Amino acid sequence: MAETMLIAKGICKYFPGVKALTGVDFELKAGEIHCLMGENGAGKSTLIKVLTGVETLDGGEIFLEKRHIQPRSPQHAQQLGISTVYQEVNLCPNLSVAENIFIGREPRKIGRIDWKEINRRATALLIKMNLDIDVTQPLERYSVAIQQMVAIARALDISAKVLILDEPTSSLDAKEVEHLFSVIRKLKEHGMGILFVTHFIEQVYAVSDRITILRNGSLVGVYKTAELPRVQLIAKMLGRTFEEFNAGIKTKTQIAEVNEQECVFLQVRGLGSRGAIAPFDLTVQKGEILGLVGLLGSGRTETARMIFGLDKSDSGEIRIEGKRLKILSPANAIKQGLAFCPENRKTEGIIDNLSVRENIILALQAKLGWRKYIARKRQEEIADKYIALLSIKTSGKEQLVKNLSGGNQQKVILARWLITQPKLLILDEPTRGIDVGTKAEIQKLILQLAEEGMSVIFISSELDESIRCCDRLAVLRDRVKIAELAGEEIEEKVVMQTIAGV
Amino acid sequence: MEIWIKLWRIVTNSRLFWPLAALAVVLLFNFFYTKDFFVVEIKDGHFYGVLIDIVNRAAPLMLLAIGMTLVVATKGIDISVGSVIAISGAVAASLIGGNLEYVDGTQKLVTLVPMPVAIVAALAVTTLLGMWNGLLVARVGIQPIVATLILLVAGRGIAQLITQGQIITIYYTPFKFIGAGYLAGVPFTLFIVLLVFAVILYLLNKTALGLFIEAIGINSVASRFSGIHVSKYIFLAYAFSGFCAGVAGLIICSNVSSADGNNAGLFMELDAILAVALGGNSLDGGKFSLLGSVIGALVIQSITTSIYATGVPPEITLVVKAIVVICICLMQSTSFRTIIFARWGQKRGSVSESTTVKL
Ligand SMILES: Nc1ncnc2c1ncn2[C@@H]1O[C@H](COP(=O)(O)OP(=O)(O)OP(=O)(O)O)[C@@H](O)[C@H]1O
Ligand SMILES: [Mg+2]
Repeated sequence: MAETMLIAKGICKYFPGVKALTGVDFELKAGEIHCLMGENGAGKSTLIKVLTGVETLDGGEIFLEKRHIQPRSPQHAQQLGISTVYQEVNLCPNLSVAENIFIGREPRKIGRIDWKEINRRATALLIKMNLDIDVTQPLERYSVAIQQMVAIARALDISAKVLILDEPTSSLDAKEVEHLFSVIRKLKEHGMGILFVTHFIEQVYAVSDRITILRNGSLVGVYKTAELPRVQLIAKMLGRTFEEFNAGIKTKTQIAEVNEQECVFLQVRGLGSRGAIAPFDLTVQKGEILGLVGLLGSGRTETARMIFGLDKSDSGEIRIEGKRLKILSPANAIKQGLAFCPENRKTEGIIDNLSVRENIILALQAKLGWRKYIARKRQEEIADKYIALLSIKTSGKEQLVKNLSGGNQQKVILARWLITQPKLLILDEPTRGIDVGTKAEIQKLILQLAEEGMSVIFISSELDESIRCCDRLAVLRDRVKIAELAGEEIEEKVVMQTIAGV
Repeated sequence: MEIWIKLWRIVTNSRLFWPLAALAVVLLFNFFYTKDFFVVEIKDGHFYGVLIDIVNRAAPLMLLAIGMTLVVATKGIDISVGSVIAISGAVAASLIGGNLEYVDGTQKLVTLVPMPVAIVAALAVTTLLGMWNGLLVARVGIQPIVATLILLVAGRGIAQLITQGQIITIYYTPFKFIGAGYLAGVPFTLFIVLLVFAVILYLLNKTALGLFIEAIGINSVASRFSGIHVSKYIFLAYAFSGFCAGVAGLIICSNVSSADGNNAGLFMELDAILAVALGGNSLDGGKFSLLGSVIGALVIQSITTSIYATGVPPEITLVVKAIVVICICLMQSTSFRTIIFARWGQKRGSVSESTTVKL
């Protein structure tokens, strides 16, 4: 049996009004990949933050290779040998990719930073992860997925005994995940201990040796992955049994047929912008769920942004319910009944210092304008309703949204858009970082809303999610729309082949 | 004991605690060292006293601080307000004119244009200048400090141009009422401040303006995604700041009965920013407290007045002021308090340490 690398005993962490962790024990062995599982708000990220000195301990002890340690800060933890990728990518958006990877430990030549070396090594490092990008560009030019890869590359390059990854794969697609896994398997062979948080059950079984499950801040148990069936894993996480998501497919196909005759809600013709996306046509019918699928950087988000008026187009036209319109800003788009739930919840979604209530009503208030202030009582009603509907875990509606767990922040943004009662809802990775139970709930909700007549444009890196929910799929590759799939063609193999272009 | 600690925590966590504490400290100092500081007398039906004087003199600064608070809340800054004050005075003075006519030994009141027109013109010009700042920041996308620097530099030149390089002295006495008049025994300036404060407070709390401005200051990208017209509200904040500077300029000009393009409002932008900071507002934007900024302005004016009252030699008044301000800022800084209290707690045993650190 391999020796233990990291032990945490009786970890407690309290926030005002929240017991985030109570007496949690955790053990990580050398040369193992260990998954930390639990619902949104179970305390996974908090445990990681406590282990790496972001938050101070309220109780318990940590041992690294049998030595008692007290990490004071992430830098300190790094010096001790714990390298971490946190849930929210916390790199500097305006620094270059290479700078982000080497910040704080730049290679020097005669006392001066050796830029050539930095850029060379950064490129090499990213190529190892199968990512061929210009490392001298500022990080903000790239999508969340690439930012996530850069954060991982940075953590991998720091030689460490323990590697902690908090939901590293939440916006990666299958291929990148596979790459990441092959890299961490190699590290595991070298005796590194790897702690890995994810909500993807399949990934857990693909890489992990053992699983630790948390629920409501307490330890449920530690299990060998091979000995724990999926159903049980989920049951242990949720604390109840869970009926598989199955109602979806049937209702979906029915809708597709009914809607064939229904009128078109959104019609896009020849919309495009040089450098961003080639001119494309797109129609979305009332009550239809249209999926945009493609690889990373294929232009899914750009397509959505352009429709929502975030980016300028230099050709083409948009018609909504037959009327030709110019959508110049999100405010414009919202007036026409559009809504856009963006993929990067930290920079484009939450207003972190405002309360859950204020975050939830924000888009509706913007739609109503500044004069028609929603009465406080009504705001509270709305907030309460959606906190219950999406089971948002928070100590109250006045809690600052930044104090919510990642998945719960995502739900807040979803709530923000649902209350505007849009006619077309654009969802860019809506279930990013959301646990299995809630994910099914949200998918059901989307299907139900579509049934009631709302149109949806659905973007997801999880192919099976798109396949399960969508009536039609538009396939993109290299910023060009290359195909549309419907009916029978919406099937994993066909979709994969179309995306890959073979 | 527990309950007192809890109560203390609630009190110290409230946004206005530290600004008020700073004000209290300054006033307490004066209670001991300045003669007759708290005495308020009634002469000719007017209230007189050092306190009244402070409030009266702080009026322009309070107005600037109100405008500045909104700009700062959007993550911006407006360093042009001092120059805008000069322009405001210059416009008003040159429209009223510096004519002094005597008819039969008594002064005849003459103006070039009616006084209300002059006032409206001054406010319109300054609001337009605020809009210019807003345009540069919100539409053109220039960084706030650079965008408003333009007007800071050019503004005094413009003021000189308007007054044709001269200090215009106003002899038209009704104009004096704005900055030096009394209404119901209280300085008229106070009513002006109160009116502006009340109107803006109403707008911020009874409409969604407050929410939008905070949201923009915290995360402008996410605000735009949510459908808020980000540039419109940033523009409005600068326009309003210009307007406030205009009103402040009128008060100052009226108070000294002259428009001095070189010296009116000199360095007042710095005091205004300081007032916002002393009011417990983060200069990084987001959540803000108007009342805090107003208190901050009062603190600054109290310091200035008490420095003069205690007879500090004029050549070192600025140094003394700086030291006081540093102390207040340290007192308000959470991390500084944590360090100090942690030290203090250690000497007294670890029990109190664990409680004080979390203050
Ligand atoms: N700074 C804070 N202040 C108050 N409560 C907090 C704070 N940080 C976390 N919490 C609370 O602690 C609990 C655990 O949060 P944590 O982020 O660890 O969840 P998680 O398991 O990582 O969830 P997710 O899967 O959504 O990322 C949540 O209920 C959260 O609201
Ligand atoms: Mg988390």
